[in-house]
Amino acid sequence: MTRSDTATKAIPLEYTLRAQGDRCLSVDFGDEINATTGRICLSAAKLFKEAQLPGVVDITPSFNSVALLYTPEACLPDSQLGAFERLSQAVHALLAHGLPELDTLSRTVEIPVCYGGEFGPDLDYVAQCTGLSTEEVIRLHTESEVMVFMLGFAPGLPYLGVHESVFAIPRRAVPRTAVPAGSVALANRQTTIYPNLLPGGWHIIGATPLKMFDVNRTPPSVLMPGDQVRFVAISAPEYQARHRAEHTTSPSLSSGTGDYTVPNATSQRQ
Amino acid sequence: MTVHIIKPGMLSSFQDLGRYGFQHLGVPAAGAMDRRAHQLANLLVGNPITFATLEITLTGPTMVFDRSYCVALTGGNLSPQLNHKPLPMNRPVVVRPDDQLSFGVRQQGARAYLAIHSGYQLQSVLGSDSTYMRSAMGGHGGRALKRDDVIEINRPLKEKKLDQLARALWDIEIYLPAPLALTPRRKIRILRSAQWKDFTPESTAAMLTDSFRISPESERMGYRLVGPTLSLTQARQMISEATTFGTIQVPAGGQPIILMADTQTTGGYPKIAYVASVDLPLLAQNLPGDTLQFEAIKLAQAQQLDLLRHQAFEALATTLTPIKSLLNQHTESLHTGARK
Repeated sequence: MTRSDTATKAIPLEYTLRAQGDRCLSVDFGDEINATTGRICLSAAKLFKEAQLPGVVDITPSFNSVALLYTPEACLPDSQLGAFERLSQAVHALLAHGLPELDTLSRTVEIPVCYGGEFGPDLDYVAQCTGLSTEEVIRLHTESEVMVFMLGFAPGLPYLGVHESVFAIPRRAVPRTAVPAGSVALANRQTTIYPNLLPGGWHIIGATPLKMFDVNRTPPSVLMPGDQVRFVAISAPEYQARHRAEHTTSPSLSSGTGDYTVPNATSQRQ
Repeated sequence: MTVHIIKPGMLSSFQDLGRYGFQHLGVPAAGAMDRRAHQLANLLVGNPITFATLEITLTGPTMVFDRSYCVALTGGNLSPQLNHKPLPMNRPVVVRPDDQLSFGVRQQGARAYLAIHSGYQLQSVLGSDSTYMRSAMGGHGGRALKRDDVIEINRPLKEKKLDQLARALWDIEIYLPAPLALTPRRKIRILRSAQWKDFTPESTAAMLTDSFRISPESERMGYRLVGPTLSLTQARQMISEATTFGTIQVPAGGQPIILMADTQTTGGYPKIAYVASVDLPLLAQNLPGDTLQFEAIKLAQAQQLDLLRHQAFEALATTLTPIKSLLNQHTESLHTGARK
């Protein structure tokens, strides 16, 4: 259980532990969606992963919580305590001194997006809702500094936020049954990117030519929890060219390990 | 060294104990719905419990073996037949070249598991052979079996002294310890969630006293239940977080959904309870149309029951070592088609 060198400065924490059934322990860090809480979750997830807690098979950070999925019999079976208590003790011990200051591991990923037209059928609707022109929506979206809070719903599908309050648009009342792969969509001050053909209720403002998830790559996902993301507007011909390149070869995208990246503690908008 | 699929059955897919370690990327674990039956099938043919088995749903496939193998079938009774004669379940059986395995009418349960000594050759993805069909991942082509599929088997049995082996296997008595038997229960055991108290008293009372029917739109991802409407005391905005196999969530309509093996990794609906892991195999053997009732137990009790089953499996693995030794002696050495 080595603590990282950056642990000299620590963030004091408030958290609660919660059993999600008999094979999952969730560590809750507050009840809001904001960048600070998101970063705390990602830092905690990284700390838990590095600690290699016995019996823990999966660690899933989300907006305000980190779930540890565990195999009870592997959580030190010779103990008098039950598996949940045993794992709780280990978590308390790890969090006793707060979380390491997060400053070194952040990564910024650029996502090219072709906005509007056939790629973003809801761009006009979003403009209407926000009272902005489509150009202003695109400008605001590309200027947004957002982070990956979590991936879920489907392999490689990111939840990116938090956008300006002008993008607090509820999801569609009736979700689409099929949203094309690469669609970039907005709702509730967040952006998502559909990694493959999926049903979805978010407002589609554009599309990325990137293949967001591919099991033949290491790591398989373009985005990792904790990544900072910047959207870059591209033209339709650029989209076509990138799309062709992405989908004909299977390039190894990055040197990452599939771990969490922990974003910079500075520069937040919220 | 293959098995040829003549008919695919309703839904037959290869599954192991699940694809763990990638939920932070949104990759569902998938894996066998009835892990009790899955593990048992593997142990009966001398395999590690981590090998993939074929999960067979309701209407079984028809398949023909090209060489001799040792197979075992566990889980739901879908009237398995070997060359049109009843095939005994829950024990190792030797099949010979051109033998045909088929299935008939469902007698009991919903899912059967077919293990083969030495294992199937599959496409391991992110460390697991489990088929996750929504993303066309793992198993055989990332999908359920189709007609005329040919599945490679790692190693056949030696033809020499095969009768002797079959007899020796047949003579091995197999007793299933109580925690491993699929004893029917009137009520599925559940654990209350932290949000339990946010539901109306009528809802939580209904959860523990009323009956819920499994709706036709139920599959590996989740069982939709039809019953009394469950509601929160106060509507509240939920924040998406991790979900698990066995989570009972309640969408706006108030009809609960039990998330099953193919559960998404995250979800944003209120959760009323979780099925105790020890009863997930029982649930996996239920069908649309079946009626469920629930009773609440404490976490410590659930983990104790789970541990007892784990220990029973370890004990069974020890008592079944003679099967493993017999089969290892009678298995062709690796010369062609080496395991990846």
